Amino acid sequence: MPGVKTTVIEVRTSPHLHGPLSVDKIMRHVVYALLPIAAFSVWNFGISAGVLLAFTTLGCVLTEHVTCRLNGNRSTVNDYSAAITGLLLGLTLPPGFPLWMAAIGCLVAIAPGKLLFGGLGSNVFNPALVGRAFLQAAFPVAITNYTPALANGRFWEFIPSSLALPLMKSAPLNDWIAQVRVDGFTGATPLVLLKFDRIYSDPWPMFWGQRAGSSGEMPGFLILLCGGYLVVRHMMDWRIPVAMLSGAAVSGWVFHLLNPTAYPDPLFTLFTGGLLLGATFMATDPVASPVTPRGMWVYGVLMGVLTVLIRNLGGLAEGVMYAILLGNALSPLIDRLTPPRPYGARKPAGAI
Amino acid sequence: MSQEQDNPFLNGLWKESPVFVQFLGMCPTLAVTNSVRNAIAMGLATTFVLVLTNVLVSSVRKLVPNQVRIATFIAIAATAVTVTDYLVKAISIDIYKALGPFLALIVVNCVILARAEAFAAKNNVSRSFADGLGNGVGFTLGLTMLGTVREVLGAGSFLGVSLFGPNFEPWVLFLLPPGGFITLAFWLLLFAWYRDRKARAAAAPAAMQEVHS
Repeated sequence: MPGVKTTVIEVRTSPHLHGPLSVDKIMRHVVYALLPIAAFSVWNFGISAGVLLAFTTLGCVLTEHVTCRLNGNRSTVNDYSAAITGLLLGLTLPPGFPLWMAAIGCLVAIAPGKLLFGGLGSNVFNPALVGRAFLQAAFPVAITNYTPALANGRFWEFIPSSLALPLMKSAPLNDWIAQVRVDGFTGATPLVLLKFDRIYSDPWPMFWGQRAGSSGEMPGFLILLCGGYLVVRHMMDWRIPVAMLSGAAVSGWVFHLLNPTAYPDPLFTLFTGGLLLGATFMATDPVASPVTPRGMWVYGVLMGVLTVLIRNLGGLAEGVMYAILLGNALSPLIDRLTPPRPYGARKPAGAI
Repeated sequence: MSQEQDNPFLNGLWKESPVFVQFLGMCPTLAVTNSVRNAIAMGLATTFVLVLTNVLVSSVRKLVPNQVRIATFIAIAATAVTVTDYLVKAISIDIYKALGPFLALIVVNCVILARAEAFAAKNNVSRSFADGLGNGVGFTLGLTMLGTVREVLGAGSFLGVSLFGPNFEPWVLFLLPPGGFITLAFWLLLFAWYRDRKARAAAAPAAMQEVHS
């Protein structure tokens, strides 16, 4: 404190340099990095996306607080990790996702997905994706109900499915979509169109964020920008997103070369679905990803290839979530197989 | 220990519940509990087999040579299962179809062999009867608890009676096998949490005294 005379002399042992980055601070900056994406999502999908994001964020924070107190522990909401989980969960859901289902997603993401494993630092999987995987398995219809971006009147009118009564089905959306959509914008995502209707869409509008999809999976440029900010601040490792994106692009390209009519080009692979968001903000979860540099490459490439395999050969249109969850499960193994060589140490004979 | 031995019925019913404590017979536990009706039917069929097997095994326990006891127990269980199979088919063909292969598979349900080997082979007939009944009812209770959660969430009904009207959004997950695992885990979590809380409450006054002294 400048200008204040203190008589306290701090005596400490070395090292005297200390890292300025604490967990709270990193997490806080991740929240900052997610906010522009959330804001764009509100612009894209209107009030429904805004309420959904606020709702999931609040839901996760509240779940964390209540669960901690029920266990008789100190609440850990101040480390911002629950807020990140909530934001990410909201960003991966369709903008018109019923709020009561989102609440269940928050419960599952935080209570079993994170706190049961021992809280932040001990979770095996990315909590937001645990929540989403549960929702995908429990409500397969609702989670694939996408609505068009830039719909008319989106800022003062909810997407009707958002406000479905708890435990109840939402009304069918087709009439509403026909009513509000801007010409040429459909409710189906480009991946669904490609997989089930064989309609190819131009990838660049997705990069600039004007297609139907999960509330936060677009726009690509903003996701990369926000991820880049975290990389520049040394709060995220660049290897995992780069490895995952290149893994997906290269394997997607191989598929495209083998059969150009059935499989999309690498640019489409990169810009569609949740690949950019997943690779940048979910695969990089510092707890559930490997810590060794070589391991990060293995992990990233593996998830990228898995994503493309699920998309091209599997029954689902999108595979990023399962690819990342599988990568999370494998990351302790990857860490074990890729230890860095200590400085000056010789490679023991027979090591990998 | 003596207290436990005194009441084999209550022991099997809850304290050593086959579903929640012994984790025996997981296959039917997870496979046929997607509705309350199936769960109860499966539980009752297993109870019948369990009681019959326990009584028979206990009554021949001194005649069976040690080396062939497992084969004998299985043969006895298979007899009981065959009887049950025909009984269920006679009572309700719907339930018979719903239970499918799991009815015949009761013979390899670990609960049967475990109780025969661990209890009936060492105890007299009346105690074995109580043990079989207790474990059977405990098994039925456990399955019904799983089936209730899975049917209410997965189909919005209880025993086929709709609870939330036609607009209910079913949680598909709970009708699928993973839903069985998840439901079982959450019941166990609930019990563990309750036990933990009670233990903490019991330990708390002592800890407080230590702090203050």
